[in-house]
Amino acid sequence: MRQFEYKRAENTRGAVHAHAGQASAYLAGGTTLIDLVKLDIMQPERLVDVNRLDLADIEHSDGGTLKIGAMVRNTTLAYDQTVQTDYSVLSEALLQGASRQLRNRATTGGNVMQRVRCSYFRDGVSPCNKREPGSGCSAIDGHNREVFAVLGTSEHCIAVHPSDMCVAMAAIGATVHLASADSERAVDFLDFHRLPGDTPHIEHDLKDDELITHITLDAPIKGAGSTYIKLRDRSSYQFALASCAAIVALDGDTIREARIALGGVGTKPWRCKQAEAALQGASATDESFKQAAQIAMEGATPYKHNAFKIPLARKAIVRALRDAAERARRSAGEPT
Amino acid sequence: MMDSNDTPVDVRLSLRVNGQMRQLDVPPNVVLLDALRDRLGLTGTKKGCDHGQCGACTVLVNGEAINSCLALAVVHDGDDITTVEGLAGEADLSPLQAAFLEHDAYQCGYCTPGQLMSATELLSNRKVGTTDAEVAEAMSGNICRCGAYKNILSAIQETRQQHAGAAID
Repeated sequence: MRQFEYKRAENTRGAVHAHAGQASAYLAGGTTLIDLVKLDIMQPERLVDVNRLDLADIEHSDGGTLKIGAMVRNTTLAYDQTVQTDYSVLSEALLQGASRQLRNRATTGGNVMQRVRCSYFRDGVSPCNKREPGSGCSAIDGHNREVFAVLGTSEHCIAVHPSDMCVAMAAIGATVHLASADSERAVDFLDFHRLPGDTPHIEHDLKDDELITHITLDAPIKGAGSTYIKLRDRSSYQFALASCAAIVALDGDTIREARIALGGVGTKPWRCKQAEAALQGASATDESFKQAAQIAMEGATPYKHNAFKIPLARKAIVRALRDAAERARRSAGEPT
Repeated sequence: MMDSNDTPVDVRLSLRVNGQMRQLDVPPNVVLLDALRDRLGLTGTKKGCDHGQCGACTVLVNGEAINSCLALAVVHDGDDITTVEGLAGEADLSPLQAAFLEHDAYQCGYCTPGQLMSATELLSNRKVGTTDAEVAEAMSGNICRCGAYKNILSAIQETRQQHAGAAID
């Protein structure tokens, strides 16, 4: 592994200061970063260790929101009592991601910042606009099956955003909180990740002199049922071919509110607002769910090896909506 | 910090490894796996893929299973590390090690240290359920190329049940 300078940050301000204006990277769980530094895909001259920052709490916040520190580990978040009760879709998504060893280290902030799994990005030699802007995209005419998108792609990049956690957060609704040395700002979770467009090397809205301090989840939708369905080549420790986070709230058999977000098919965590709008006020039947799935995948672009993802994602959506609606019905039937 | 040749200077760190305090000076780019194997002579922990995909390098850090190949040693200054060398007592194998032997839970043995460490965490981890499917899922970060999964699972299940029984007593 290449040499780099190591700085252990004692507080947020110190971390931002050490990071800004350098060829540097924040080191949290390291499960993406150390992997990519070993491959020499990421080439930081300085690592700023943020593991000791006081950002590891999960607490209730204003208006029923939940504030999750950037350094909360994926395992901790998945088993948190409030998350399991009020945001079970997030807990399910986290526990279907990676392996137990990786989840024990991976952090909330780091998960948001994880890099793509495209084999051409990772091989260090193939043309890749993400790794070397302007060099071209090897995946478009190459082998583009498992970790390649059908939504949000451009002629410059088709790599999928690999996170499961982010898909659940996109469905729930969330805000990313960023701190610089002298100010703070909040970004809607859906705006944080960028589409590749003609600048696939710019993946997110985080500036050089900022650090993710925490993420707040919107207040849970009252009485809703939710689920995360992940379809993959093997049933554990594998990236999604297609996944769906669904949240459904009912009034009787009418859908009061629905949320749908997709993984494994989009170049960023993919929220399907048009499909959700079509569900609002509709009856909670397979027919409605199939129509929503149809809308969600409109405009999808198939590539040589991943066209199967379009019908697969539709099936994931229908199944997830059906299961989420069933859970909403069951919880409505329970004595409160 | 960098020296006059622009080379990162070694960092001094203390680790509690299998109950013993160890001090070492390492450059920042040394991962915990290499520090344990090459600098502390604890070669029980294995290097497989070196990228967090196989689990052969699994150790416990403050009781939690992690991939030591993806962890910089300097990050773990002050931490409590358990490797496979720390499982057995003076005279006896740990119950889990004995169960691996009893159930023939390996062939070549290369993945075994990692399997044992992940399984050791599971013995006291009550968040992971008790069904075969739940335990198999929790162990999915440890690859066995010989395919001894069935026997690994039965060794863990037996030990976990005994452990749960013992905990109630």
